[in-house]
Amino acid sequence: MKRTMLAALGLATGFALPAAAEDIKVGLLLPFSGVYAALGNDIEAGFNLAIEQFGSETKATFEIVREDTEVKPPVALGKAKKLILQDNVDLIAGIVSSGVLGAVRDMVHGAGVPLIVANAGNDEATGADCSPYITRMSFSNSQINRPMGTWMHEQGIGKVFTLAPDYAAGRQMIDAFTASFIAAGGEVVGQEFTPFQKTQDFGPYLAQAKASGADAVYVFYAGGEAISFVKQYDSFGLKADLPLYGSGFLTSALYVNAEGPAAEGVITALHYVPTIDTDANRVFAEAFTAATGRVPSEYAVQGYDAARALIEATKTGASDRETLANALRQVSFEGPRGTLSIDPATNNVVQPIYVYETVAGENGLTQKVLAQLPAETDPANGCVMPPIAN
Amino acid sequence: MAHDLGFWTLQALNALQLSMLLFLLSIGLTVIFGLMHFVNLAHGSLYALGAYFAASLAAVGGYWVGFFLAPVAVAGVGVLLYSGLIKRMRKSGPMAQVLVTFGLIFVMLDLTRIFWGDLALGIEVPALLEGRLAFLGIEYPTYRLFIITLGLAIFAVLAFVLRSTQIGAMIRAGVDNDAMAACLGINVERLFFTVFCVGCALAGLAGAVAAPLLSVTPDMGLQILIPTLIVIVIGGLGSLKGAIAGSLIYGFVQTFGAVLAPQLASVLIYALLASVLVIKPVGLFPAKG
Repeated sequence: MKRTMLAALGLATGFALPAAAEDIKVGLLLPFSGVYAALGNDIEAGFNLAIEQFGSETKATFEIVREDTEVKPPVALGKAKKLILQDNVDLIAGIVSSGVLGAVRDMVHGAGVPLIVANAGNDEATGADCSPYITRMSFSNSQINRPMGTWMHEQGIGKVFTLAPDYAAGRQMIDAFTASFIAAGGEVVGQEFTPFQKTQDFGPYLAQAKASGADAVYVFYAGGEAISFVKQYDSFGLKADLPLYGSGFLTSALYVNAEGPAAEGVITALHYVPTIDTDANRVFAEAFTAATGRVPSEYAVQGYDAARALIEATKTGASDRETLANALRQVSFEGPRGTLSIDPATNNVVQPIYVYETVAGENGLTQKVLAQLPAETDPANGCVMPPIAN
Repeated sequence: MAHDLGFWTLQALNALQLSMLLFLLSIGLTVIFGLMHFVNLAHGSLYALGAYFAASLAAVGGYWVGFFLAPVAVAGVGVLLYSGLIKRMRKSGPMAQVLVTFGLIFVMLDLTRIFWGDLALGIEVPALLEGRLAFLGIEYPTYRLFIITLGLAIFAVLAFVLRSTQIGAMIRAGVDNDAMAACLGINVERLFFTVFCVGCALAGLAGAVAAPLLSVTPDMGLQILIPTLIVIVIGGLGSLKGAIAGSLIYGFVQTFGAVLAPQLASVLIYALLASVLVIKPVGLFPAKG
C-alpha cells in the first residue's frame, strides 16, 4: 500500500513538474569574436544579470545555448539554423550587426521562432522587413537621431556639418538627423561620408568642417573609429569654436575612457546613459559593475532588457514559440532606460532618448544628462505586420 | 567650394603626416623583401603589437617609456619570429611564405585579443607635444608635426646609413645580388637577421607613434596592411627611395582625394595602383633596374 502510494505520488509529481515549471530554451546569438566581440560580451553580461535578478518572478526556467556569430552573416545564418533545427530553441536573442540580422531574418520568420533583437538598429528590421516574430528591444537608427535634429535647432544652432562612415547605418543615422533638423528650420552646410573602416586619418574631413562655416558638427561614429575621431577632433582644436554633437555611440560608456579628455564637452543623444537618475537604473548599474567591474553601456542594458522582456512574456504563461512571439509584442515595463513598450505597428521598442554631455568626473569621464526627450514611435516605414501564422 | 591658402596648407600637412606614418611601416617591409625576397604579411601585426606595447608601457611609465621601449619589444618579437619561423621558411618559395605569414596575422590578432581584450585602448599625447603650433597663418596639432619630423629624421638616417656606411654598402650588395655578396665574404644571413629586426622595430615605432592619434584595436594591423602593400608596390620593391615616394603619393592622393573627390576617395588609390602596375609593373623606383 505504502509502495503504491509512493509510486502514485512519484507519478503525480512527475506529471505535475513540467506544467509547474516550463523550461524555455534560449539561443543567445552574439559576436564573441571579431570587431564587435566587446559588444557581444556586454550584451551577454546584461542578459545573464537580468535572468539572475528577475528569474524568480516567473515560473519558467531558462536554458541558454550561446553561439558566436563572428560578425559574419553566413556564419550567423548557420548558427541560427543549428539553434532552430538541432537545439530546437524556443526563442533566439542577440544579434549585434544589422548585416547579420538581415541574414537570419528570413530564417527566423519562416521557422516562426521569436527573435529578440538586442542591438542591430537598421530601420528596415522594424520597417519594410518587419516580422511578427522579430521584436526589437534595442533601438532603431532613426529613433536615436531624429529627436536630436529638433533639439539642436531649439538650442539655437542654425547650420551644421555632418560626418559619418559610408555604410547603411551611417547614412540612416545622418539622414534621420538632417530630415528633422531641416524640418525644424536648420541648414546643413556640408555632408561627408568617410570610407567605412578604411579611414584612419580624419584630418582632411576636419579641415573641411572647419572651412564650412557651420555652427556645429553632427557625427555618427562607433567603436575604434569613434575613438580616433574624437581624439583627432580635439587635437585640431575645433571643439571651442565648433562644438561636436552626435549620436551617442560616439562617446559610449564602453570606450569613452580610451578617448580621454578629448571627449569632454561632446554632446550626444542615446537611448541609455549610465547616469540616468532613477532607482531602476541605480540597481542595474550597481549590480552590473559588481558583476563585471565595468560601467554598464547601452549594449549591456539592451541585453538586460532583452532578458527582462523574455521574463515578462513568460509571466503571461507563454511557453512555446508562438505564444512567446505574441506575448513579446505586448510587454511593457519600467527598466533602467525608463518606461519601455513595444510599438504594435512595427515591433520596435518605444523609449525616451537622453541628450547627454560627457564631463570629467571623480573616476574618469562620466555623463551629464542634459535633457530627456519623450518617447516617440517610428513611422511604419513600409511595415505591414502580418498576423502570426500557424 | 572656395578655400583659402590656409586650408590647403593644412591639407598638405595632413597628407605629409599620413605619408610619414606609412613610410615608417613600408620601409621595413620593403627592405626585408628586397634583401630577403621574403614577403612578411604579418608586418601589420607587428605595428599593432607596437601600439599595444606602447599603450601598456605608457600606462605604467608615461608616453616616452612606451615610445622608446615598444620598438625594442617588437624587435624582440621579431627575433622570435625569425628564429622560430622565418629562418625555416627562407627557402620554401613565396607562396608558402605568404600563406604562413598570412596565417600569422590571425594568430597575432587573437593573441592581442586574449592578452589585451576586445575593448579599444587609447593613450594620451605627452604633455610636451600637446596643443597646436601656429605658423603660416594656420594652427596645426604639435603631435602631428612631431610625426612628420620623426618620419623625415628616420628617412635621413636610413638614407645616410644605406649610402655612406659599410653596413649600408653590404645591404645594397645583398639586395642587388645576395649570392655574389656571400661570395665576397659578407655574412648575408646575419645581415638578413639584423635588417629584419630593424624592420620590426620600425613597425613597432610606427605603432607607438600612431597609438595616441588613433585607437588601439586588435584589427589595426589588418587595416594598415593594405595601404602599406600599396605603398611598396607603387614605390617599387626593396628601395628607400621607392618607400618614401610611394608613401608620399599614397598620403597626398588619399588626403586630396578625400577633399576634391570625396565620392571617389576610396577608389582613387586603387585606380592609381592599377595604372602603376600596368605602366610600370616593377614600381616607380625599384631597387633593381
